[in-house]
Amino acid sequence: MKKIATREGYGKALAKLGAEYENMVVLDADLSKSTRSYEFCKHYPERFFNMGIAEQNLMGVAAGLAATGKIVFASTFAIFATGRAFEQIRNSIAYPRLNVKIAASHAGLTVGADGASHQALVDMSIMRSLPNMTVIAPADVVEAEKAVSAVAEYEGPVYLRLGRAAVPVIYDENHKFQIGKASQLREGHEATIIACGIMVPESLQAAAELAEEGIIVRVINMATLKPLDQEMVLRAAKETGAIVTAEEHSIIGGLGSAVAEVLVENYPVPMERVGVKDVFGESGEPEQLLKKYGLTVQEIKEAVYRVLPRK
Amino acid sequence: MSKGHAAPVLYAALAERGFFPREELLNIRKINCPLQGHPDMQKVPGVDMSTGSLGQGISTAVGMALAGKLDRKAYRVFALLGDGEIEEGQVWEAAMAAAHYQLDNLIAFIDYNGLQIDGPVTEVMSPEPIEDKFWAFGWHVERINGHSFREIATAVEVAKKVKDQPVIIIADTIKGKGISFMENQVGWHGNAPSREQAAKALAELA
Ligand SMILES: Cc1ncc(C[n+]2csc(CCOP(=O)(O)OP(=O)(O)O)c2C)c(N)n1
Ligand SMILES: [Mg+2]
Repeated sequence: MKKIATREGYGKALAKLGAEYENMVVLDADLSKSTRSYEFCKHYPERFFNMGIAEQNLMGVAAGLAATGKIVFASTFAIFATGRAFEQIRNSIAYPRLNVKIAASHAGLTVGADGASHQALVDMSIMRSLPNMTVIAPADVVEAEKAVSAVAEYEGPVYLRLGRAAVPVIYDENHKFQIGKASQLREGHEATIIACGIMVPESLQAAAELAEEGIIVRVINMATLKPLDQEMVLRAAKETGAIVTAEEHSIIGGLGSAVAEVLVENYPVPMERVGVKDVFGESGEPEQLLKKYGLTVQEIKEAVYRVLPRK
Repeated sequence: MSKGHAAPVLYAALAERGFFPREELLNIRKINCPLQGHPDMQKVPGVDMSTGSLGQGISTAVGMALAGKLDRKAYRVFALLGDGEIEEGQVWEAAMAAAHYQLDNLIAFIDYNGLQIDGPVTEVMSPEPIEDKFWAFGWHVERINGHSFREIATAVEVAKKVKDQPVIIIADTIKGKGISFMENQVGWHGNAPSREQAAKALAELA
């Protein structure tokens, strides 16, 4: 399977959208080659601003530009965007509901050798807790590119989660991405795996292997964590009776929590969460890290084995 | 080590000083090994603070220096910052606090190599005029050639004599100094050389 990083889709979309939207500006904090915001800088240098290593100012300046009517994309690594600049995002972007798209790359464990200090594992949790914030974690490069177009069109603050590592391409150009709409990738009736980001291809693989064992599970790509596609979650709960979530993120506050919140209040069914179990990561190759921290096809299968008898 | 990405050189110095075996150096950035991509005080003996997020180390250095004053201990705190790192607002908050509390037990270095990741600091986000800024923040400023051990030693001796003020030693350096194909090349910020490149580099340094 072809592998490309989701951040490549971001760069590609920016280069294209810059021509479409004359009021679009892009900001970065000394990581434009890594986040791929440099692709915008190459084509529209007068509308690109490097803020230096100053993420709090990055978000504040982004808010100011948005307040004058600009469509602003602000990029840095996920850890610094959501960590260092959290309160600037909260009070200067989310609260006044300004049109800033926080496009954060290098999210999750697959940052690799830079280690725990650079691995954002609670970024979705943090961003999801903010009123007015939309949170999107594309599954592959195709979806990432389409998501960038969709958020450019959407008016309001968005957190877009992108990755560093090359990951499988699962969609073709016909994929329709819509903010707030999940997509079902595989039909099944015994349980449903709801995943986002790089755990989507892993979930598809797990479902394929389970099918060989006679266990037929549904797979859903929940690319938008907020607003969550509640209808899709509840339909899965009613029709399959058990849910497993899978995310490259802490099990606290991310996709698993979002799904659980909907289930407990509406239609409780047995559920298992695959994710990082409330620990910091470490340096290593992405593949090794995913294995060590339990983000594998095998872990997803085991979560399904655990959830089935609980039905 | 406020500029935590310079972990390799810190590890090399610690190994040289016997904090852990030199063989361990070959395991840097590998899974299940203590030498993380950025220094981790829980994993590596001799590392006084976990860093990696730029701008934070200098604040923790201020805290350590403040504790030294509080406990009337004679130790000094040293911090190493990058010239790109000082674009972080937190650095200036720390600078203000250090001067406010008259932390003459704090000596900070800036590795002034003129480069950050996206290019020269003067093009990305200029920190100039750098000496004036630190003077204005109430620090004593020394400027040296960062490649001269003699100048480093002298500057530290001067710094030790300064009273009631923190000291910043701005060390002019060349990134990749002494290696023809690395000198002043932004692209070498975070890359490891290939085997051939490493051999060539070592030959040039010898
Ligand atoms: C808060 C934060 N933002 C961004 C980064 C990513 N980053 C790592 S090194 C670096 C450039 C550092 O430049 P400088 O301080 O000049 O270091 P040096 O030239 O000495 O390597 C950046 C932006 C980081 N580690 N921390
Ligand atoms: Mg520098």
